[in-house]
Amino acid sequence: MDALLHQVLAGLATGGIYASVALALVMIYQATHLVNFAQGEMAMFSTYIAWSLINAGMPYWAAFFLTVAFSFVLGVLIERVVIRPVENSPVLAVVVVFIALLVILNSVTGWIYTYTIKTFPSPFPEQPLFGNPYMSSHEIGAIFVTLVVLMLLYAFFRFTPLGLAMRAAAQNPESSRLVGIRVGWMLALGWGLAAAVGSVAGMMVAPIVFLDPNMMGGVLLYAFAAALVGGIDNPAGAVFGGFLVGVLENVLGAFVIGNELKLAVALVLIIGVLIVKPSGFFGKVHVSRV
Amino acid sequence: MTRRNLALSAALILAACVLPFVLSEYRIFQFTLVLVYAIALLGLNILTGFNGQISLGHGAFYAIGAYCAAILMDKYGVPYWATIPVAGAVCLGAGFLFGLPALRLEGLYLALATFALGVSLPQLLKYHHLEEFTGGVQGITIIKPDAPAFFTELGLPLNQDQWLYFFTLGVTLVMFILGANLLRGRIGRAMMAIRDNHVAAEAMGVNNAMVKSLTFGISAMYTGVAGALSAIAIQFVAPDSFNIFLSITFLVGIVIGGLASISGAIYGALFIQFVPNIADEISKAAPWAIFGLFLIGFVYLMPAGVAGAVRMAVARLRRKRQNS
Amino acid sequence: MALLDASNLHAAYGQTRVLHGISFSMEEGTITTLLGANGAGKTTTLRALCGMVRTEGAISFGGQRIDGRATEDIVRLGIAHVPDGRGTFVNLSTEENLRLGAYTRKDRAGVEADLERMYAYFPRLRERRAQQAGTLSGGEQQMLAVSRALMLRPKLMLLDEPSFGLAPLIVKELFGILRTVNEKERVSMLVVEQNAAMALDLADHAYLIETGRVVLSGTAADIKKNDAVRRSYLGY
Repeated sequence: MDALLHQVLAGLATGGIYASVALALVMIYQATHLVNFAQGEMAMFSTYIAWSLINAGMPYWAAFFLTVAFSFVLGVLIERVVIRPVENSPVLAVVVVFIALLVILNSVTGWIYTYTIKTFPSPFPEQPLFGNPYMSSHEIGAIFVTLVVLMLLYAFFRFTPLGLAMRAAAQNPESSRLVGIRVGWMLALGWGLAAAVGSVAGMMVAPIVFLDPNMMGGVLLYAFAAALVGGIDNPAGAVFGGFLVGVLENVLGAFVIGNELKLAVALVLIIGVLIVKPSGFFGKVHVSRV
Repeated sequence: MTRRNLALSAALILAACVLPFVLSEYRIFQFTLVLVYAIALLGLNILTGFNGQISLGHGAFYAIGAYCAAILMDKYGVPYWATIPVAGAVCLGAGFLFGLPALRLEGLYLALATFALGVSLPQLLKYHHLEEFTGGVQGITIIKPDAPAFFTELGLPLNQDQWLYFFTLGVTLVMFILGANLLRGRIGRAMMAIRDNHVAAEAMGVNNAMVKSLTFGISAMYTGVAGALSAIAIQFVAPDSFNIFLSITFLVGIVIGGLASISGAIYGALFIQFVPNIADEISKAAPWAIFGLFLIGFVYLMPAGVAGAVRMAVARLRRKRQNS
Repeated sequence: MALLDASNLHAAYGQTRVLHGISFSMEEGTITTLLGANGAGKTTTLRALCGMVRTEGAISFGGQRIDGRATEDIVRLGIAHVPDGRGTFVNLSTEENLRLGAYTRKDRAGVEADLERMYAYFPRLRERRAQQAGTLSGGEQQMLAVSRALMLRPKLMLLDEPSFGLAPLIVKELFGILRTVNEKERVSMLVVEQNAAMALDLADHAYLIETGRVVLSGTAADIKKNDAVRRSYLGY
């Protein structure tokens, strides 16, 4: 029982990270109907930037916020420069561009920073909170940070005019233009926010899995699974999916299939959801008219 | 095939036959791999270029073919040439089976599902319950086959690399001829109809489900055959060589070479074999950065790939000649 | 100087040419209607004015050339378009739809005041302010679309078939409000309609469009008396 609790709690911690990346994926999907295959590598690259800042002597939280800001700008740039030209191209062209982005970010990072594994600091104390045996302070902290980010995003989209405009642009670009919304820039903003959220996820996961150019590969897969389980166009669903996938991964890994096949859980989930219920738990069912 | 094309192909094949006698052993090995990749790329192209189904996980079928060959040779003493049809058959079945549920998935979602397959594959291969067969993390080593004795009797001694090259060349020719016939025939037209407008295709009487699954199977078969050949040429299979980057390499190959083009498979194979060798000199990370840049460049500037560019150049030359 | 002046507009969707040289103009404070059968090019004309379709020809608004400019910029000059099909943000609430109409405005107090005014014109919208806009009835969505456009405080409103699918009583109510808005707030209106009778009652001027060309123009009163129009479009 103890062991189960431990796995569930650890699963919630990693689940929070999956939820963040899944949220970033859903944000971009809602606006563009595209899945950003490069989301993981963008987060990884941001985490390396944070590492450089910290290594140069900057205090953790200063580096953290500067990285988030930098990631935002990077996301906007990528949308305007790389994605915009292929926005209306056939699916294959867009997928290829995403994969190219993935590959370029991965290799440039490896080139600049080499492939040696690095440690990434956690801002949370070493000792577990109240000496509890179930979760490290970092795991608790990661969940807390995830929840704060989610609440901030929710508040932004729900209560600010800009957030409203972004929601409108994602749902109905043509009507949005008719009220004066610059849809292209809303898209870029969406990418910026998604990149910023991704960077937080990267900085929260790096202390656990250690910093290396391939660290986000598995995380991305789990995030895909989470986004699909929750409904690819539903942000709350993505969050729910993230926590669910995290717990499932840990529990199944520890008790059913062994730790080696954990990624297979993601694979089975992805294929299973796509085949059985592509709209996930909470997504909208799309009917295409002939 | 026009007479000019036939002549060109014959010349090409002749040139290919001469290569092993003028190149070093290592270069012969590299060109053998070019042939292997060409088969794999033709396989992926049949699925993605001709039938419009995106696969980011074809490395999986390559791996299945490679492991088939390795396990048969290492554990059961099957001769190398017999492993090829077995690998092909296994992958045909595996591809068809994967294609069935994949029927429900379009474009992006299929890319997602195959991407997941590609990322999780090494873990599946390392699974300790399968270790008895797969050799776990260390993989399987196999012995390089010798050229058949009668060549020496003929007074034409071939070393191992040369023989492997010719063997691979033979398989490549067979696969390409079969592929060309397939694509030019009814099934090929059905594949392309589905790619261009799947609703209209169904309305015209094409059995979309059957054609799409079959295409998946055939595509997997080609890639599996290539995998088996690669295992024999490299003499080694290990889980980590079949990661997502292998699948992405294949994608690079067909985009650069040219989608929906048979000759594109050859251009692409040359690209993915030799560019990393050259780029490696600059830095370990450089090959992938170059792949990425080329991918983006080609999508923006040369969406029909090298094959498309060649076709346009030839057409332009022909028009000039007609006008003068 | 005319508020809106369109000269020799040609427009095409891909290879299909739809407008073949439409010209018309509008004075400030007037209501003009564009009449014509299905496929005549009326909707395309409105879309051309908003920069939503590739057009050749000159369009001036308040003296400035607006042809070739982006829709979002044209909106900021004071043109609000109530599109064909209403263009409601179906997943957002009624009030969110209205607030989006005022997206480009900076005067928060003015926006709040205008919101109240819209609810005064259309009390049913106030009842449904938190409701998801997609669940409103056809008539309510039309009122919402008109209100959203009015939230811009536009100088010119373009309306594409506002009577479409609505019961005659509701159309009368709606057109009555449009008349009031036009007189009280000096909002000029260009109304595209298939329902010629009601449109001619509302408008000051009218243009008749057939296959992408203007074939008849004049005051609404004159057009109503025109025999050809009576027979083809008014049914008597």
